[in-house]
Amino acid sequence: MNAARRSGGPVGRDASPGIDALLATKEMVLVCGSGGVGKTTTAAALGLQAAAELGGRVLVLTVDPARRLADALGLGGTGVANAEVRVAPERLPIPVRGELWMAMLDTKASWDDLVTRHAPDQATREAILANPLYRNITGRFVHSHEYIAMERLHELHASGRYDLVIVDTPPSRHALDILDAPARMVEFFGSRLLRWLTVPYRSRLFTAASKPFYQVADRILGSNFLRDIAEFFILFQKMEDGFVRRASQTEAMLADARTTFVVVTTLEAAPSSEARFLLGELGRRGLPLGAVVANRVLPTSLRALDAREAATRLVDTAGPLAEGLAPVLGADPAMVERVLAEVGTRFHDFGVVAARQAEREAELRDLCPLVVSIPWFDSEVDDLSTLARVGMSAWGRG
Amino acid sequence: MPLLDRKFVVVTGKGGTGKTTVSAALAVLAAREGRRVLICEMDAKGSLASAFDIGPLQFEPTEVGDRMWAMAMNTEDSLREYLRLFVRLPFVGRLGVLARTFDFVADAAPGVREILSLGKLCYEVRERHYDMVIVDGVATGHVVAQISAPDVIGELIKVGPVRDQTRWMQDILEDPQQTGVVIVTTPEEMPVVETCELIDRIRTETRVDVAAVVANRVLPELFGRAEEDVFRRLRTPEPLALLHREFGDAVDPVLDGAELAVSLRRGGAAQLEYLRSRLPSGLPVVYVPELFSRSTGRRSAELVADALGEELL
Repeated sequence: MNAARRSGGPVGRDASPGIDALLATKEMVLVCGSGGVGKTTTAAALGLQAAAELGGRVLVLTVDPARRLADALGLGGTGVANAEVRVAPERLPIPVRGELWMAMLDTKASWDDLVTRHAPDQATREAILANPLYRNITGRFVHSHEYIAMERLHELHASGRYDLVIVDTPPSRHALDILDAPARMVEFFGSRLLRWLTVPYRSRLFTAASKPFYQVADRILGSNFLRDIAEFFILFQKMEDGFVRRASQTEAMLADARTTFVVVTTLEAAPSSEARFLLGELGRRGLPLGAVVANRVLPTSLRALDAREAATRLVDTAGPLAEGLAPVLGADPAMVERVLAEVGTRFHDFGVVAARQAEREAELRDLCPLVVSIPWFDSEVDDLSTLARVGMSAWGRG
Repeated sequence: MPLLDRKFVVVTGKGGTGKTTVSAALAVLAAREGRRVLICEMDAKGSLASAFDIGPLQFEPTEVGDRMWAMAMNTEDSLREYLRLFVRLPFVGRLGVLARTFDFVADAAPGVREILSLGKLCYEVRERHYDMVIVDGVATGHVVAQISAPDVIGELIKVGPVRDQTRWMQDILEDPQQTGVVIVTTPEEMPVVETCELIDRIRTETRVDVAAVVANRVLPELFGRAEEDVFRRLRTPEPLALLHREFGDAVDPVLDGAELAVSLRRGGAAQLEYLRSRLPSGLPVVYVPELFSRSTGRRSAELVADALGEELL
């Protein structure tokens, strides 16, 4: 299926390879960027387009899609957490050569799954799953969402069920959390501190070296709380081998030649500065950067010189123009004048925004050779035909 | 309780809605009104420093304007200060090891990190070092955990000094005369939906008051109904021919631009209408227009402060 997918890609359309060539040669795509920039939409649109144009089995692993988009993709029902669902071809607005699959990331279920897999025996498994601290923290434990997303990507790719897996990464407090998550997991389980903390509580109290710490900790946190934590860590440590091996594999996957990162951003100040930071970090760590997708980009015509001159003249000559236009329009000249002046003024307003966007796009281009612009659609991307339009734009056929 | 009269304001919002600019603008506005303001960045992204056009912020507050101080939260410094003030430990000098251990425990134990950051800020409120403390940069996904940290800690730790510490914090947080959450949104579907969901969560899972929703970057209305009708007719063949005679093809992108502005405005207005219909009655929505400004940083904060002032004063 892989071979079919590769040979079926569009050829020779453009001298420089586009996002189609990228997706045709990679097997794992991490879609990342700051919150609110359209990561989920981009991941789904790339998946749809890849399934349509390249064929093969494409899975999009998504975190938190807008409800209407989830419904449109057939993910709306309950009980689909972590389940892989094929989007029925008749739902799709475009003919699809391959298959589009979707899965939603359920952090809690994935953690339970990991525990079930790595616990050495049933007693440990049940003790962990029942531990109140475990139940309370799986949502926040050492960048748990980020780690789980990476881990699921690894698992889905390794399953051999898909030609291409695209993961929509969770909104992080920091863009680097995604990149750091597997290493931090390894570090956490391998650390001497964890070993030391999990020496049985009583014997530790008599260790001279640990006394100051426990004096302080007891005074601040209360000894019951510390004991609860220690118990939790002891249980978790029993899974260390499996966990560390798994997390190391997951970390290696990030740098795999079959992996690529797609950084999504809008061209507003804060998201694009975060995108630049993320691009720099990917480079510094030698991770495979594939493309930048810039969403909600205003049309370049807003910056055209002759149009700007026309807009200025429209404002300056709105009065006389309105005199001529009013009879044709059958409207009050004063109102026509207001409309013309408003049209010209707004053009300049949006022109300022578009100029800023162009500047930021150029800055991103310095950091990544492939920057794809998706226009600002006049509707929310919550139906599949708009999703297909986004995908087409990403393919350079908008 | 009017927003500017509160002592502790927690600003949150989905990424990309401009919550840092709004936080900075609130600080600027409150300071202009004579309040002494401390604004604190929680997420260490450095965007608050950019909003004031200064270098990286420290835990120790920096003066960033008349009656305005800014700081960045750091749990290690916060722990150090806490130990110095409340536990009166003799060996704070050896905090290095303790802080690393603490970091480790705090990674796993819910509420510990939150309680320290929140504790520091509540302390500033309680000691009245400032008239207003503004917290910026709590992500929507995290704000409930942040403001309910004293409750969580209270449940997990039954006795001890930390437990006692949580009570006075709850008193501050749960008093609507003192504390309020401000949620920043833009007139787009995802931020609006998340704002509504967040308000529901805050109201069911915490006892902290939501003070206001700030609708940021609201596009101005271009035309009234009659004017829009005129605009539509401008694009019919006869008037269009006249415009083409005057301007050539260059007028087409200008008209397209206005069309885009109208449709963006309409989409945004529909979202705001939905937002208003979903909000609990009495919860004010503060509108900040899209400023089409070239500026970033301090200038942008000042402009948004002007806009907030028109709504809040």
